[in-house]
Amino acid sequence: MSVLTPRRPAAQDAAATPPAAPTRRDVRPTAASSRPGRRQRPHVASYLTMVLATVVLGAPLIWMLLASLKTSQELYQFPVQWLPGAPGLDNYAQAADTVPLGRLLLNSVGLTVVGAGLKVVLGLTCAYALVFLEIPFKKLVFGLVIATLMIPPQVTIIPNYTLVADLGWLNTYQGILVPGLASAFGTFLFRQHFLTLPGSILEAAELDGAGHWRKLWRFVVPMSTPTIAAVTLVSVVTEWNDYLWPFLVIDRADKMTLPIGLTLLQNIDGLTNWGVLLAATVVVTLPILVVFLVLQRRLVAGLTAGAVTG
Amino acid sequence: MTSADVLAPPPAAAPSGAPRRPGALQTRKRRSALLWFLLLAGPNVALLLVFVYRPLIQSFYLSTLQWNLGSPVARSIGLGNYVELFTSRNFTQVVTTTVVFTVATVGGAMLLGLGLAVLLNQKLRGRGFARTVAFAPYVLSGFAVGILWLFIFDPRYGLMREVLSWVGASSPQWYTQRPWPLVMVIVVYLWKNLGYVALIYLAGLQSVPQDLKDAAALDGASSFRTLRSIILPLLTPTSFFLLVTMMLASLQSFDIIKAMTQGGPLGSTTTLMYSVYQESFVNGRAGYASAVATVLFLVLLAVTAVQMRFVQRKVHYA
Repeated sequence: MSVLTPRRPAAQDAAATPPAAPTRRDVRPTAASSRPGRRQRPHVASYLTMVLATVVLGAPLIWMLLASLKTSQELYQFPVQWLPGAPGLDNYAQAADTVPLGRLLLNSVGLTVVGAGLKVVLGLTCAYALVFLEIPFKKLVFGLVIATLMIPPQVTIIPNYTLVADLGWLNTYQGILVPGLASAFGTFLFRQHFLTLPGSILEAAELDGAGHWRKLWRFVVPMSTPTIAAVTLVSVVTEWNDYLWPFLVIDRADKMTLPIGLTLLQNIDGLTNWGVLLAATVVVTLPILVVFLVLQRRLVAGLTAGAVTG
Repeated sequence: MTSADVLAPPPAAAPSGAPRRPGALQTRKRRSALLWFLLLAGPNVALLLVFVYRPLIQSFYLSTLQWNLGSPVARSIGLGNYVELFTSRNFTQVVTTTVVFTVATVGGAMLLGLGLAVLLNQKLRGRGFARTVAFAPYVLSGFAVGILWLFIFDPRYGLMREVLSWVGASSPQWYTQRPWPLVMVIVVYLWKNLGYVALIYLAGLQSVPQDLKDAAALDGASSFRTLRSIILPLLTPTSFFLLVTMMLASLQSFDIIKAMTQGGPLGSTTTLMYSVYQESFVNGRAGYASAVATVLFLVLLAVTAVQMRFVQRKVHYA
């Protein structure tokens, strides 16, 4: 699922230091204009292409939002009606009547927070042990952890499903959460970062009598906030959007996450009720979209620091 | 690093009586480090062993069984599943679909992504906003995105029909008529991943030294020529990284297909990955599905192995 690319310079420290320009939200004229060299003024064609690309790429999301506010009559007509005549939340209310939307939202938020939190803690502690503790076969353990980055979770679904079923964990939160909890990606990024920390500070901490536990939480963690932010945000996005595993493990509506609830809604309403389906789609996508817009820089830094999807 | 460990004996390992001999001190220190290691790295490693390595190995074993999901009976049939797999007509279709899907999504995303990156690398007002818009789909749920686009592709009331009508075209039967369902899924996949590719390329473009571009311009090279002869070769490591990353992601994509076509119609959008799900959790043939999963794993492993070799060779070039 993820690719291990320790050599790619951009990947290496992207999480530790904000990468160059691509993640900036705004163009920074100072940084751009400080570059010497003559540059011709961008053509009108460039502007037109950019506007066109932005419209084409952005339109589906706007369309989703608009459609969720329309009535059935407005949705089921051609040529299309662009704006809702009287924007209303009827579709949302109807979606909430069909599936327990509030409960789904709560499940998604809870599982995302707990899942991402535990992933970060597991990654932090594991990386600390791998960097700051001297034990035999440490390299081997590191290899074991990192190699899992190359094992696609999809290959493991059948045996994991059997195990979770045997444990009686189908339709439980721990059934969704536990099998995906281990953090190879986080461990990798944290380790990369820990290796760059100044040893003198930690030695001073040791002389002051700090044990490993204190060294980890009082010294290493405060010096790692950008990496922690990046790993947390990537985990949040991954957990929130995770589909295949929760879809297999859960078939009771009250334990579903939002994307699985959307599947249920699709099965119930089919393609006969676009407004309701799209209202639920907004509920699935909007929270993560907001997270993205607010914390864009850190999130992008994490996502581009290694490829983590699905 | 841990030479001063003994000054701070961790509470977990504090036997009574101070050690007298240096040897005992060493042993105690080592034991304490080991204990801390188990405490700190243990949970993560244990989870990986139980939920990644165990199922991986078990999956190989399951692929030699004739076994239905949830059934208490299993029959060992050696490589029977693989024989069936490689001789079935169905599998040929799955492989063809997977190849078409992968080539189209990876190739398309890289070409369009590079184009977008070159465009947004220019000093344009509002390019930050354009980047945000382009990247946004990448962070969204694939299943939700699939539903949204299903609405856009609706042959009767969809936005796509409207747009096509502007140029006088009528809407194809996106849901039912081959090859349109596959085209539809590919378009959505491209939309979702384009921003990511563009962003990685943008980072690559910004690391191209300005004086190289200036020198080319002084030599009278056109901007297309500069792109082709100077910038693209310098971007080779970036391109290769993206090629591998996108291939791995594309080969494993599931949620968009699940939302839009469920692998249909008539299996025309069933990729290897989708087939693993379908054989095991729809048809219940878990043994056979494990064989498909093993094939998928080997393909992914081959892609990764090629990348590792390339990365090692290209390290100085990058």
